[in-house]
Amino acid sequence: MDFFRAHVLVCGGTGCTSSGSQQLVQRFEEQIKEKGLDKEVKVVHTGCFGLCEAGPVVIVYPEGTFYSRVKVEDVDEIVAEHLLKGRKVQHLVYVDHVTHESSVNMALDEIGFYRQQKRVALRNCGVIDPENIEEYIAFDGYKALAKALTEMTREQVIQEVIDSGLRGRGGGGFPTGKKWLFGYKSQADQKYIACNADEGDPGAFMDRSLLEGDPHAIIEAMAIGGYAIGASEGYIYVRAEYPIAVKRLKVAIEQAHAYGLLGKNIFGTDFSFDVHIRLGAGAFVCGEETALMNSIEGKRGEPRPRPPFPAVKGLFGKPTVLNNVETYANIPQIILKGAKWYASIGTERSAGTKVFALGGKINNTGLVEIPMGTPLRTIIYDIGGGIPGGKKFKAVQTGGPSGGCIPAEHLDVPIEYDTLIEIGSMMGSGGMIVMDEDNCMVDIARFFLDFTVDESCGKCTPCRIGTRRMLEILERIVNGKGEEGDIEKLETLAQNIKATALCGLGQTAPNPVLSTLHYFRDEYEAHIKEKRCPAHHCQALLNYVISDKCRGCTLCARACPAGAISGEVRKQHHIDTSKCLKCGACIEKCRFGAISKN
Amino acid sequence: MKSVAELEALRQEALPHVAMRHEVHDALHVVVGMGTCGIAAGARPVMLKFLEEFSSRNMDHVTVAISGCAGMCEYEPIVEVNDPGKDKVTYVHVTPEMVPRIVEEHIIGGHPVEAWQLKTAKA
Repeated sequence: MDFFRAHVLVCGGTGCTSSGSQQLVQRFEEQIKEKGLDKEVKVVHTGCFGLCEAGPVVIVYPEGTFYSRVKVEDVDEIVAEHLLKGRKVQHLVYVDHVTHESSVNMALDEIGFYRQQKRVALRNCGVIDPENIEEYIAFDGYKALAKALTEMTREQVIQEVIDSGLRGRGGGGFPTGKKWLFGYKSQADQKYIACNADEGDPGAFMDRSLLEGDPHAIIEAMAIGGYAIGASEGYIYVRAEYPIAVKRLKVAIEQAHAYGLLGKNIFGTDFSFDVHIRLGAGAFVCGEETALMNSIEGKRGEPRPRPPFPAVKGLFGKPTVLNNVETYANIPQIILKGAKWYASIGTERSAGTKVFALGGKINNTGLVEIPMGTPLRTIIYDIGGGIPGGKKFKAVQTGGPSGGCIPAEHLDVPIEYDTLIEIGSMMGSGGMIVMDEDNCMVDIARFFLDFTVDESCGKCTPCRIGTRRMLEILERIVNGKGEEGDIEKLETLAQNIKATALCGLGQTAPNPVLSTLHYFRDEYEAHIKEKRCPAHHCQALLNYVISDKCRGCTLCARACPAGAISGEVRKQHHIDTSKCLKCGACIEKCRFGAISKN
Repeated sequence: MKSVAELEALRQEALPHVAMRHEVHDALHVVVGMGTCGIAAGARPVMLKFLEEFSSRNMDHVTVAISGCAGMCEYEPIVEVNDPGKDKVTYVHVTPEMVPRIVEEHIIGGHPVEAWQLKTAKA
């Protein structure tokens, strides 16, 4: 056995990979070799550490030193100083955004971003090498499968999951154990267990990070689920846009086969199980369970009416249980540590933890996992580090295009499936987009509706035509052509679509409009009645004006592509709003801050 | 994989490779002074000898860390043995030949080698 005294963990999630972590790994390996340290120091490419904002992230163990925004040029210094001489490179160590504290003498879990998190689903992400099954096994990997197969009956496994209180992390929140029970009770010669990794919400990347950081956990959980319901085959439906996740899944499946953890007679029992990967082409509707199954079968990705539910008639007409990636990530822990332990985390109605992808106007963009019941305020201000530039928080969008926004007045509401629905939003898969005072809520609604109109499969009329009509009205409003009665029309359309659309996509598509109407109706009214955008965001409703700070330098007039600015040298200039294109070129040029939008 | 015992054996074998990544370090760790002074006095062969000893004895959970100059360059190579719950022991003027005895008597046996410690050493 080679005994390495230090491990250099380099984040290999999609975020850090796109900011060059692959080159870091290479450089580390070169430098370590050059300094003759390759027998003592090991470089490990891991999954996501969560703090994507600070990427690429490098952690050096045994000290647990957290280096952020590491560039290839920095590698030589880390190797020469830290790895060779034992001196941490102070100026590269992560510094907290909010407290401006250097993390140089902190353990990882003392850093502000991690302090209030509880990593259950993400426990191995950023800790193990996802392409090395032995590291997964070292962290208790496949132990839960062994326990389920050799010590528990199928009924006991299902009961454990029911007792844990685990609910579907894809957004719906259906109790996972109950779903398994339905699958178990269905009689058939063949059953399937499937994994929904068709993560499509704009701004959501929990499932991707889990697959990239801990693929074996998903495979293990699917095998446990397969044993419980009586399925010998599993399908993972994953987006082709996630190449790193797909590659690591493939490697993981191969390794699991090589170790006999997939295949025939696992652990010497009569249980046999295998997993297949199916790539999705990126249609949002394929995240809907019936459309997803059609797509796996090679058919057009369109939903069908339920019942029959997939647990009765699913893939290839056979009983199928479909769970989301994050749901599966919790299963091995529940089997190992017990339902009681899991149920003790979170709240009574929503047990366990939830992973959120924090994005938008927030300092610590990244992946966070918190116990259910944590108030939104903690996520945004303590973990997320607040809003950049000292701006005011306005709202947070959860649940993506199917969800709604939560305004500042509800910041202290504990995050649970049911409370979020009560305040007009939903848990969703876990995208959390933070908005500040500069975001126009009408435009946000338009953005999400634009997305659903694009992604509607076109099978049912309310979704195909209804959402398009709503989008047209919203576009009119943000372009300053809103009319009296538009709000009422939006509300009628929204109610009708919700009531009549075929699948979840259509039924939830009006939610962003309804929730912004509920909390920010005044913004809609300002757009329609006063032709004014209170957030100064909608270009068509903005007028550029030059104040008396103007010194008459003529820079703006020369920059204006439309010739809309006039005035004498050394005297205040004026903008002809009928000619103005609202391109903002004048504001960029002005040295006196004399031009503003209002 | 034909049995649970087989998985457990594999886990035991793989564990030492990742043990240092557990957040809580309640395990024994050895710190070798590797400032310029330490390196010049021959700290690297000492550290390598420690790695070799732990490796050949399959010792889980023991970590080897390096540190910068502690200010007592005179005494280098300096090796600290931190056993949680016990007093820190500092060895000075360590040579590779001394390492097996430190590992055997102190780290495995629990009895620090009195003669080689800072408190008994003469500059």
